[in-house]
Amino acid sequence: MKITVDEDKCCGAGSCVLTAPDVFDQRDEDGIVVLLEARPHRERHDAVREAATVCPAAAIHVGEEA
Amino acid sequence: MTPHPETAVSPEIPDFPAPRSSGCPFDPSPDMRALSDRGPVTRVRSWGGSTPWAVTGHAEQKALLADARLSVDFSRPGYPSPVDPRYTHAGGTTDLSFVGMDDPEHNRLRRMISGAFTVKRVQAMRPAVQRMTDSLIDEMLAGPKPADLVQALALPLPSLVISELLGVPYRDHGFFQRNSRTMVSAVATGDERHAAHTALSEYLDDLVGRKTAEPADDLLSALGRRIEAGELTRREAATMGVLLLLGGHETTANMISLGTLLLLRHPDQLAAVRDATGQRAVDDAVEELLRYLSIVHLGRRRTAVEDIEVGGRTIKAGEGVILLGELANRDPRVFPDPDRLDVTRDARGHQAFGAGTHHCVGQPLARLELQVVYPTLLRRVPTLRAAVPLEDTRFKYDAVIYGLHELPVTW
Ligand code: HEM
Ligand code: HEM
Ligand code: SF4
Repeated sequence: MKITVDEDKCCGAGSCVLTAPDVFDQRDEDGIVVLLEARPHRERHDAVREAATVCPAAAIHVGEEA
Repeated sequence: MTPHPETAVSPEIPDFPAPRSSGCPFDPSPDMRALSDRGPVTRVRSWGGSTPWAVTGHAEQKALLADARLSVDFSRPGYPSPVDPRYTHAGGTTDLSFVGMDDPEHNRLRRMISGAFTVKRVQAMRPAVQRMTDSLIDEMLAGPKPADLVQALALPLPSLVISELLGVPYRDHGFFQRNSRTMVSAVATGDERHAAHTALSEYLDDLVGRKTAEPADDLLSALGRRIEAGELTRREAATMGVLLLLGGHETTANMISLGTLLLLRHPDQLAAVRDATGQRAVDDAVEELLRYLSIVHLGRRRTAVEDIEVGGRTIKAGEGVILLGELANRDPRVFPDPDRLDVTRDARGHQAFGAGTHHCVGQPLARLELQVVYPTLLRRVPTLRAAVPLEDTRFKYDAVIYGLHELPVTW
């Protein structure tokens, strides 16, 4: 799994932080997403997919390459 | 906007909004529901013969709200502004800061305040929100019965919370609350509302000045630093302060009162919220109430700046688009058995806060307030009940922010 985030689209909602806190954080100054791990461990894949689905700005993209 | 020749005179296009005739007060009206049957993207007839698109589907709304080819700028020809004279600011009488701007201008301003709404910052406010909720409930319980839950709890709580966030000194809370209440009051005259708006704008302008000179740990002080750095004018800062106050006041208040009434009518669901042992169960209940009630009615409004293919239709550049969150949130493709209130379902995909770049900036705070207020109220006042029958409850049927004029309760 390879995650990419679009900082321009991100609206700082933090849904990703609530869903997968080991993978996503937010910048203090404006709440924009910080990707902690672009290739997270398998056990986090479900949470990451869920974060991508609930992201209100469609700013998280999950690629399935190894 | 020039209406499309082939559709402009078609008698089959339904009027929007249709007057509310019947149906459960907690559900979208049957006429509104009928729009969903016409497909996820369908034409409606609005004022002056215009025929903007109404978007009823969940996936279609999310895609469109995240699409930069839709503009919120209400000065564009084709913008599907509600004509009703009550919808004054859509005509541009009030400066709504970044709400009426497109990116990149929108994000330049929005990102100066969004840092105050990170998950971490908002969670840190939980004890303060709990304290405010408890003291408002103390006051209500010490007063006469029946009490109006709207005046006793629903309206003051969001106003106190936003004062805390902005950094309004305690001694000014009375002034701040009085004027913000007038601004969202249904019975205030236009002149009264205008006077309250002016008073609040002047107050915030003055406070921004004081916070710039003597900064503290609050949002207005953070904006003060931006002013000193030349990134923001004092007027822009004050306008954002008014925006946060107004955007978060009646919305949150109506969720508190309407959500409480809905739970009182579903005792099993109420018990699940009252007796919830984990935070997750409370959070899920709040998401379901947000989904089910979808209190921001009559649509996010946008204008296409380029042709957009969506839901099997082509929205042409220059056409108006009305995105109906209350219908998206009842989309059976996303929420099985959508008309059933179920506080245990996973409702997180709802669009009660919109989506895309204008997604509600205050939503983490609104969620926190609701997560605190429902269980606290139900636990502290276990015998809470409505003091008037449902038939006598006054719903805000034609308001953009749906809710209750008052909610007399006893215990
Ligand atoms: C968070 C965003 C919003 C803020 C801060 C806001 C702020 C305001 C303000 C300041 C007024 C009084 C202004 C005046 O009368 O000149 C007002 C009135 C009003 N707004 Fe908004 N507004 C917001 C979103 C919306 C949306 C999305 C709509 C729907 C199109 C809407 C519909 C109305 C209506 C109908 C009134 C008149 C209320 C009445 O006269 O009873 N507002 N709003
Ligand atoms: C349950 C309560 C609330 C609901 C249902 C709600 C709903 C919404 C919706 C649907 C929008 C999107 C409007 C659009 O797309 O045109 C919005 C935007 C906004 N809301 Fe909220 N809101 C709530 C609470 C709050 C609070 C507490 C605040 C402030 C602290 C706030 C401030 C704003 C602002 C400033 C915007 C404009 C965002 C932008 O244009 O970038 N709201 N809200
Ligand atoms: S959920 Fe989406 S919009 Fe929200 S912070 Fe994460 S990436 Fe940004």
